[in-house]
Amino acid sequence: MHSFGYRANALLTFAVTILALMCAMASLSDNFNSPTPSALVQVLNINWFQKQPNGNDEVSMTLNISADLQSLFTWNTKQVFVFLAAEYETPKNSLNQISLWDGIIPSKEHAKFWIHTSNKYRFIDQGSNLRGKEYNLTMHWHVMPKTGKMFADKIVMPGYRLPVEYR
Amino acid sequence: MAQYRMDWQGQKLAEQLMQIMLLAFAVIAFVSGYVMASFKMMVLIYAVGVVLTTLLTVPNWPFYNRHALIWLDPSEAEKHPKPQPSANVTQKKKPVKK
Repeated sequence: MHSFGYRANALLTFAVTILALMCAMASLSDNFNSPTPSALVQVLNINWFQKQPNGNDEVSMTLNISADLQSLFTWNTKQVFVFLAAEYETPKNSLNQISLWDGIIPSKEHAKFWIHTSNKYRFIDQGSNLRGKEYNLTMHWHVMPKTGKMFADKIVMPGYRLPVEYR
Repeated sequence: MAQYRMDWQGQKLAEQLMQIMLLAFAVIAFVSGYVMASFKMMVLIYAVGVVLTTLLTVPNWPFYNRHALIWLDPSEAEKHPKPQPSANVTQKKKPVKK
């Protein structure tokens, strides 16, 4: 500690080490948060439902998505990425997962929302399995923290069924 | 030179002050950030703490130099010369070489 430069170096090293420690503690403090998110999705209308010339089923639907994800936000949360996926089983694949809508929630104030939309991404099956198919709509989210560990979870909403006939 | 350098006790004080202040500001910053649910507030308070600590402990302030080392006067040192054993060793080796 005998010179200006040596003291400045020691201070900077120690300050940055403590800062890293504080960030780690901030990340750990996220574990004390027990979120209680809720989501509700209604399929208002099947706009059209058809078989493409290449044999794959495609469906277009109108969705009403409402969710309250405010409890996911803590002081260490930068943003939350959320997406709605249709999930169903076919003889070939035990889990088919098709993203229909997604969004980025930048703050807690925007975390309680209500959206009326047709599917943002195309709902196309790999094959022709969608007629009368029972499927889940699952809301997935990834909590992106300012520092540290990222959290992910989902809400599964079962009991949706596609029409038996093309329209 | 002695006037421009921090003395021994000053160096110890500067290091301890630096560590204690940084830790204290870190605790204050973390607690207030957590309570106010503001990460930004934590970083801001800590940044202020680091700047304050830098200003207090990096420059060589006068209060770090209250314990100057008192060296012997040169005339006093000359009265007690250091023993020089190396001189005897070289003298003994010279006859061997001849």
